[in-house]
Amino acid sequence: MSQTILSIVMFILTLALCPLLPGIVNRVKARCAGRTGQPLLQKYYDLGKLVRKDVVYSTTATWIFRACPVAVLGGALAAALTPFGRGGALVSFQGDFLIWAGALTLARLFMILAALDAGSAFTGMGASREAWFAVLAEPAIFLAMAALAVISHQFSMTGFFLALTPETTSRHFMALLFAALALFVVSLAENARIPVDDPTTHLELTMIHEAMILDHSGPDLAIIEYGAALKLWVMASLAVGAAVPVDIGSWWLDAGCFLVGLFVFAVLLGIVESVMARLKLNRVPQFLVGAAVLAAISVILVARSA
Amino acid sequence: MSLQAALVANGTAVPLADIPEGSVPQLRSLILEKVAGGSHLASFFPFMNGDRTMLMAVLTNPEEGGLAVGMAPVGDSYTSLTPECAEAHLFEREIAENCGIVPRGHPWLKPVRFTGTVADDRLPASFFDRRVGAMDFFRVEGEEIHEVAVGPVHAGVIEPGHFRFQCHGEEVIHLEISLGYQHRGAEMMLRSAPIRRGRYIAETVAGDTSCGHGLAYAMTVEALAGLPVPDSADRVRAIGLELERIANHTGDLGALSGDVGFLPTASFCGRLRGDILNLTALIAGNRFGRGLIVPGGVGYYIDNAMAGTIRERLVTAWKDIRGAVDLLFRRPSVLARFEETGTVPRHTADHLGLVGPAARASGLEVDVRHELPTGIYRREEFPLELQGEGDVLARARQRYAEMATSVAFIDRLLQEDCAAPRPVNPDDIVLRPDHFAVSLVEGWRGQVCHVGLTGGDGLFHAYKIVDPSFHNWTGLAMALRGQLISDFPLCNKSFNLSYCGFDL
Repeated sequence: MSQTILSIVMFILTLALCPLLPGIVNRVKARCAGRTGQPLLQKYYDLGKLVRKDVVYSTTATWIFRACPVAVLGGALAAALTPFGRGGALVSFQGDFLIWAGALTLARLFMILAALDAGSAFTGMGASREAWFAVLAEPAIFLAMAALAVISHQFSMTGFFLALTPETTSRHFMALLFAALALFVVSLAENARIPVDDPTTHLELTMIHEAMILDHSGPDLAIIEYGAALKLWVMASLAVGAAVPVDIGSWWLDAGCFLVGLFVFAVLLGIVESVMARLKLNRVPQFLVGAAVLAAISVILVARSA
Repeated sequence: MSLQAALVANGTAVPLADIPEGSVPQLRSLILEKVAGGSHLASFFPFMNGDRTMLMAVLTNPEEGGLAVGMAPVGDSYTSLTPECAEAHLFEREIAENCGIVPRGHPWLKPVRFTGTVADDRLPASFFDRRVGAMDFFRVEGEEIHEVAVGPVHAGVIEPGHFRFQCHGEEVIHLEISLGYQHRGAEMMLRSAPIRRGRYIAETVAGDTSCGHGLAYAMTVEALAGLPVPDSADRVRAIGLELERIANHTGDLGALSGDVGFLPTASFCGRLRGDILNLTALIAGNRFGRGLIVPGGVGYYIDNAMAGTIRERLVTAWKDIRGAVDLLFRRPSVLARFEETGTVPRHTADHLGLVGPAARASGLEVDVRHELPTGIYRREEFPLELQGEGDVLARARQRYAEMATSVAFIDRLLQEDCAAPRPVNPDDIVLRPDHFAVSLVEGWRGQVCHVGLTGGDGLFHAYKIVDPSFHNWTGLAMALRGQLISDFPLCNKSFNLSYCGFDL
């Protein structure tokens, strides 16, 4: 019972708090650069501003462009399936991680189609890059999931993380570390962070995610921005869940530790973005293949000790 | 048989009658011979001499310690130089646009600034279309080729310019740059403006090169009027010019850092550029050095107390700049982005006649302060900084090295007397009639060239400005060949050329 309540509470917290993560990342980046930075709640203000605005549609855009924000909310479906540490997911069943990945991919598919639909050279370029890198990020995600599946002998995401007791964790420490690293790298790519993409740039020619959404405006853009924040939270949850399998015993303390873990993840992201430059675009595939290799090592380590 | 060119020292005037006149073929072979011998076209323009249209060529000629100048009367067309001398290509397009003289055989004859003033059916239609940028662009054909058009309206606060990329996937096969959106008629205004007003126009030819263009204008006027400039004023001028260089290089290194997403250096340099600009403001009361350099001297002088303050603040700022820039150059991920990106090989730079830090980054030994020094640069030894690789990293390193020499130079200048007397009243300046004067100044982007010609009435009859950007935009287009289109902003920033300086 308490498990269900906690799942519901965590899901609501996710929906409410996810715009906070980009705020933390930006704050950390600003501090590293010697600036004060924008308020922590800036994303909320931005979303509020966008919701109050009108939408402008390109004359060449079809229904696909308008459907894009709806599909992006598929990310919310993925959030419902994401377990938050030991808290478990709102919905959980055998093989749910396939649906999870599918929901995120569907959102991406619509983003790409909508970008092509708008007919601008910039959005098209962004879409092409997004598709290119997504293909390379997927193996890393599934291999990391496979490692978790072998460790837990489970086939649902909630099962993966519930099985991570201190005992299994210490036995598979290295494997979990590699899996968490792979997920961290993938979440950099999936969430348009440095070194793969630069969320702060105004230069269209270098953009990936930002280029795709150049033609969206008003509430539609708000939904897409919110979807992006949600995706960051979801990806972070996986990495934190694999890296910090806390099991204090009290549901509330576990959940608190998990939230702290997420915020630490955001700080880490901010530091990574501050200490390195963006990769050259044609080096990104190597970076993502590197993540897949980390995840593959994780699988091999698990398989050997199993 | 080529023309025997007149040798004119930088920043001096000669009677127009002393400049040898030949036929256009003679002028052509003069230019081709000189360029083949290592000279570069500083300026090449048409002007009216009585009822004849003349072509005048001004070439740098450091071996002989001056500029080679020759001219020839021209009809309504002549054989284009561009196929044999690539650095003439924009000059010839400009000549066609301004006077309707057709350079026969020019491979890419299009207007430069879209003034729409020429109505001549021997020229392509784009010459009489006043809509800026209304023309055909070079196209690469093929099923997998796509075209990306950027600008003229850009994201962020930058000047307008149009960039047309021909791409295969992420790779740029060809980039064509089309400018002209900011054409204000600066040369025309300078021709008719009284000296009192002239410097204001010159300083705004390119706002970030206020001191560079201001100095070139002042030198031209002084040469034509025979005005002496005291040493102390020369020192203050050099300080203004070098501070401008340091401020812009600092800002650009920060912007380069921002373009690769490395934020610490980007933020620090943004502030530090302000610190340097504030030093200029301390001298001249404004951050861009407007009114600092005036014909006959300087508008503001530096007393001993101020010299002490500037030295002290410059030392602090330079220490901070070094910290911020070393952070950039020590970061492997930054070096990976800068290295082998946007390479302009030495022979290409030479062929296109690049100037300034961009040329020196490719290993070309061109620097007005070194080759054709004027003012205080003639007395003080100025070291020439050179790189060789010609990529973004070389251009970044080149700027860093130049800042170091500028800081040391300013410090040396401030140890001597910088208390210049008040300059003469600009209304009392009388230009000698029928004279020609040329002045080259090494602005922070490179060679700023002003040529002034007076008529029989002692007024400017022709005034020609060549901003370093005029030479270097083609360098940027060449740097992009075979590069990733996502690296364009980075390459662009490493040159950081002026739009309004080009558009005049």
